[in-house]
Amino acid sequence: MIALLARDLRLAVRAGGGFGLGLAFFLIVIVLIPFGVGPEASVLTRIAPGVLWVAALLAALLSLDRIFALDHEDGSLPLLATSPLPLEGVALTKGVAHWLTTGLPLTLAAPALGFLLNLAPAAYPYLLASLALGTPALSMIGTFGAALTVGIRRGGLLLSLLVLPLYVPTLIFGAEAVRLGSDGLSATVPLAMLSGITLFSYALLPFATAAALRINLR
Amino acid sequence: MMLTVENVTCARGGMPVLSGVSFALDAGQALVLRGPNGCGKTTLLRTLAGLQSPLAGSVTFPEDEGAYASHADGIKAQLSVTENLSFWADVHGRPMPDDVFTSFDLDDLRDRLAGTLSAGQKRRLGLARLGVIGRKVLFLDEPTVSLDGFSVRMFADFLRDKHLAQGGVAVIATHIDLGLDAPEMDLTPFKADHTATGGSDEAFL
Repeated sequence: MIALLARDLRLAVRAGGGFGLGLAFFLIVIVLIPFGVGPEASVLTRIAPGVLWVAALLAALLSLDRIFALDHEDGSLPLLATSPLPLEGVALTKGVAHWLTTGLPLTLAAPALGFLLNLAPAAYPYLLASLALGTPALSMIGTFGAALTVGIRRGGLLLSLLVLPLYVPTLIFGAEAVRLGSDGLSATVPLAMLSGITLFSYALLPFATAAALRINLR
Repeated sequence: MMLTVENVTCARGGMPVLSGVSFALDAGQALVLRGPNGCGKTTLLRTLAGLQSPLAGSVTFPEDEGAYASHADGIKAQLSVTENLSFWADVHGRPMPDDVFTSFDLDDLRDRLAGTLSAGQKRRLGLARLGVIGRKVLFLDEPTVSLDGFSVRMFADFLRDKHLAQGGVAVIATHIDLGLDAPEMDLTPFKADHTATGGSDEAFL
């Protein structure tokens, strides 16, 4: 599993790996929002939590179809399936690798971009915490969606349609945590719910992902 | 017996293509599958390797000893030759054998990115994976596509001296003569009756 993780990370940072794709998208969306909404600081402060979370979610969505599609195209997937690695382990590793190359950079970049949207100072710790707790779930749910659509040519649209409804709870609790934080209220409940979603998805979805892969490999 | 195949029926896209395939291989033996395009060689090999389940019959070989290789080599263009091979060595938890570069004539290409290799060189890299993972039961689907005569002999030598001689077995689908001392099996007589039922996924799902 460590070998697979190391390979996926190495592939992501080499040419054409798509490491910067999600991050660049996130940056562009957040930079464009003030131009579209107008420069009024109070409006930006109010919409900042939701906009930051929606943008992070869409940025994570952008690179989902690479998770298994590339390995399927070049034939690595059947070879991994016959290797000593259990497919559940492959699924978990793929989810973690996606988070390390997408969710983690997004989390680290978010405070800088929150500044562009005039995010309330009190909200910064909650923004970091909610993204750190929530984006791993986005990666794992997305890995499951990618496994469902792995054999389909240009399955990106189907993947988005499948995965977006599953992202809604994460989005609601994530944005809620930041909003409560920016109002100076305690955000323990949404943060606990976010952690719950993440733990739940990492406990169950590797098995579902492996089952989907087995069907698609036949 | 290293590999026992009993009365296997396999299907592609829900339609049975081969039925009643039986054979057994002892350590050191190889079997060459023959048959026209579309007769089910690839489907049979994928079934044997466990990538899909047979509709009927059984396939037995020692656990964690099977390896499958097809036209798609699983080579990452952005990784070097050594990185590609050592990845598979790590996944299988085995040390990287040093002679594998010589066996497949990859010595001069060690640090080249796989994306810059020619089709034949890529094929050699894909086959070199078999020398790295050390599996005993190989299912090879057209292993010699895009190899020149010299490389075909080199691969046959590898199979004979490094694999079969050490107690491995191999089932090979190929259209050319590898020069191996192996029996051939023509799959045409096993063609399944298309009107037969049983191609449903119900049992699996």
